[in-house]
Parts: sequence; C-alpha cells; structure tokens
Amino acid sequence: MKKEMNYSPQHLAYLQGVKKKTAWVNAARFAILLLLLTLWELSARFEWINPFITSSPSRMLACIGDLYKNGTLFYHVGTTLWETLAGFFLAVGLGYGIALLLWWSETFRRISEPYFVVLNALPKIALGPLIIIWFGTGSKAIVFMTILIGLIVAILNMLGGFMETDENKILLLKSMGASKLQILTKLVIPSSLPNFISMLKINVGMAWIGSIMGEYIVSKAGIGYLIVYGGQVFKLDLVMSAVFILCILAAVMYAAVALLERLVIKNRK
Amino acid sequence: MKEVLRFENVCMHYHSKQGETVALENVNFFVNEGEFVAIIGPSGCGKTTLLSLAAGLLTPTKGRVLTAGGSFGYMLQKDELFPWRTIEKNIFLPLEIKRTNTSETRARALALAEKYGLGQFLKNYPSSLSGGMRQRAALIRTLSVNPDVLLLDEPFSALDYQTRLSVCDDVYKIIREEKKTALLITHDISEAISVADRIFVLSRRPARVVSEHDILFPEAEPLKRRENKEFSRWFEILWKELNT
Repeated sequence: MKKEMNYSPQHLAYLQGVKKKTAWVNAARFAILLLLLTLWELSARFEWINPFITSSPSRMLACIGDLYKNGTLFYHVGTTLWETLAGFFLAVGLGYGIALLLWWSETFRRISEPYFVVLNALPKIALGPLIIIWFGTGSKAIVFMTILIGLIVAILNMLGGFMETDENKILLLKSMGASKLQILTKLVIPSSLPNFISMLKINVGMAWIGSIMGEYIVSKAGIGYLIVYGGQVFKLDLVMSAVFILCILAAVMYAAVALLERLVIKNRK
Repeated sequence: MKEVLRFENVCMHYHSKQGETVALENVNFFVNEGEFVAIIGPSGCGKTTLLSLAAGLLTPTKGRVLTAGGSFGYMLQKDELFPWRTIEKNIFLPLEIKRTNTSETRARALALAEKYGLGQFLKNYPSSLSGGMRQRAALIRTLSVNPDVLLLDEPFSALDYQTRLSVCDDVYKIIREEKKTALLITHDISEAISVADRIFVLSRRPARVVSEHDILFPEAEPLKRRENKEFSRWFEILWKELNT
C-alpha cells in the first residue's frame, strides 16, 4: 500500500473509479434483494397475492422461529448437513482415487469407458427403490444416493484433469529418469489442482442434489423431508423456509470451496 | 578425443493405426567430449525423435545408439518450469527425481544459480520472471545434476527475436564455462552457425544425415560470430543443403 504514494493522480482516479464501481454493484445486489423481499411482503400483507400459497418473508421468519423454539431446526439442518458432507467427501475421495487408477492404466481406462458413459447418463434417481431396499430408510440410503450422484462426475472431471497434463513436462521428467509414480506425484497431481478445485465446486452442487433428492424418496428428517412434508400438508411457509435455509447452506459450502481455491491456487499462469 | 555419443545406422519407425512412419533412416553421427554439435533439419523431420533416442527414452528400430555412459540433461523448447514451484524448487526438481537431494547437491545447484544471476529470484515463482530469465533457470535446472552431455531441443524457439539472441549467447557462455558437451537440434540455421563447432544437416523425413561441416570462427561467442562475414557464407551453404 506504500506504493500508492507514487501513483499519478490519473491512476489514483482510476483506482477510485474501480472501487466505486464495485461498491455500486454490491449496493445494487443488496437493493434488488431488499426490493424483492419488500414487494413480496407487501403483496402478501395486502393480499394482492394469496399468502397461503406464496408465503411471505415474515411468515417464513416466524416458521423458522417456531422450528427453533420446538428444537427441531438444528436437528433437521444437522441431518441434511451430515448427509451432504458425508456424501460429498466420500464421492470426492472415491472419485479421486478411481480417477488415479484410470490415469495409471490405459487398459483399465479403455475397458471401463463404456460403463462410465452409461452410468454417467443414467438418472440416478431411477435407482431409488433399490437403494431403499438395500440401505433401509435412514441416512445411510441418502448418503449412498449422494455418493452415486457425485461419484461419476468426480471421476470424469478428475480424469480429464489428469489426462490434460502437459506432454512436454512429462517428457522432461522422463529425461530426468522419473518413474511413473514420480511423474504422478511431482507433476500430474500438482498440475491438476485447478481441476480438483473445479471438481469440488461441481460436487458441492451434486451433493445437495443427492441429499435433498434422497430425502424426497425416503426420510424421517432433514431439510428435504421438511419440504416434502410441508408440501403434503400444504404448509407452504415450511416449504419456503426450508428452501431458504437450503440456499444459505449451499452458498456457505460454495464459499468455503472458493476460499480454499484462493488459498491453494497462487502464482499459477 | 573421447566420443560421448554415436549414432550407428539408426532407423526409427513409428507404428499407428494409420500406418507406419519412418522417422529416421540410417542416421550416423557422433559427438566428441567438450564439443558443441548442432544438427539442423527441416521442420518435422524427426529432430525430437533423435534427441529422445540419444537420451535413451526411445529404442531404435534398427542400428545402435552408443554412449560413453555419461548422464544426459534435456532442455526443451519451452522452459517447462513448474508454475507451482519457486525457481529454487524448480532447480532442485532433477535432484528430487534422481533421489540425490542432499545438502551438498543443493548447495552446488544454488551456487550455479547464484553464479549465473538467478540468486535474487530463487524464492520467486516462474510467472514473475522474463522469458530470458526463465530459460536461464531451465538451463540451471538441467545443470543442477551435473550432466555430462546437454541435449538442446530448439531451446530458444519459443522466445522473441531480441531475447532469443541474448539468451542464446547466454546459454552458450554458460555451457562453455561449465565445460559441457552439447548437442543442439534446431531448424534455425543461424542459431546453429552461431554456436556449433560442427554441424550435421538432416534431410526431409525419413531423415538421413546429408552433410557434416566443421565450423571455425576466430571468435567463439554467438553474437560476435553473427557479425563475422563468414557467417553469411555458412548460412548460404547450409540453406542450400537444407532446401534440396
């Protein structure tokens, strides 16, 4: 920041402009949110729309307050969060491992290709009844569904990253006498770090799809359960509140990955 | 003089589903210890194949590649510095690969880096260095394991013209000062004339050696050679040979 002293007035003005623009964008984002919420609240309050089917911000707040008071809020949030995170980490870990094996062996890669293509195209929800029968109606089934949805995507994304490794850099390492394991650890894994981060980002979304979809099919608790239950008993406040909580959780998880990205990826070009 | 590398009737065929490609056909040449040899050939004539054979990364289909048992260091077109490693860590890379990463070898590599002006950049990442400095770092990386023979695969072709002349001069001086044997492969005639003691000319694919020239200049440095009027004479000769 000491450098700023040496900048010309024009450059300082430019920096000021950039700062202003950013502030304006942030303000506009916030204003739009506020406007929508106000409009929603007012239309519900004055019954321009039917609050019974659209709910309203104040009714959602009240609903979340009720959940908090009867002590089930954190139970439901915790259940879904646990299922999502467990499914996320297992899918990412397994996917990474399998992608490594596929990178290592071209034969294995070629043999397994059609299986991955079919599994990738298959809508995993079609396996719902099987999963219930195999894993019962608890969290285990939902974690399994989450893994199923994230795994293939994780494998294909990571494998893509591994296969993109610069051929010349491989040649360079070979000329130094590097073994395949050294090529993997010194080059392939570090150079595919950006792919790993983007795979994590994609899998954050996949994990939420998996856990909520799993809860739709079979569950006794969780945010997905609240949404389905709320729909069945026509408590739209509950549905809206659950969706709202989901938005916040997903955003926080995405932000965590984005933070990881900032910490890990430096000095790359 | 001791020979460090000899190609004896080397043939190289590549197989693919589309068919068989003959990259090299009866290639013969040799490199003596301490010499700077250049091989020039038209683009796509199998130059990289030739270096890979010399480095032992490929086995010839026919013929023999004889080495005096010394170690080889490879330098590629681009610096190929790993962007996630600092310059220092890039220079240590071959030591790690060869599992000779001791405090002595590291000190030796650092002394080289210091000697050739990379001292202040050791903790920097490659992205903050100029193209010339990066290529110099790549050379120090190659030299860090003290190889006997340097294999240079058009190591300047990715640089712009200005940088290229000075980096070429730079690399030449370092190689001479460290008393290394070097084999340069390039399609750039003037580059070859400006550094080599001896030049072999390759034909179009399938590549054969068409001629061999001893290049003698009163002053050895590349930039001074370029000013000599012998330079353009050699250029003309080699240009004709390359284009027939």
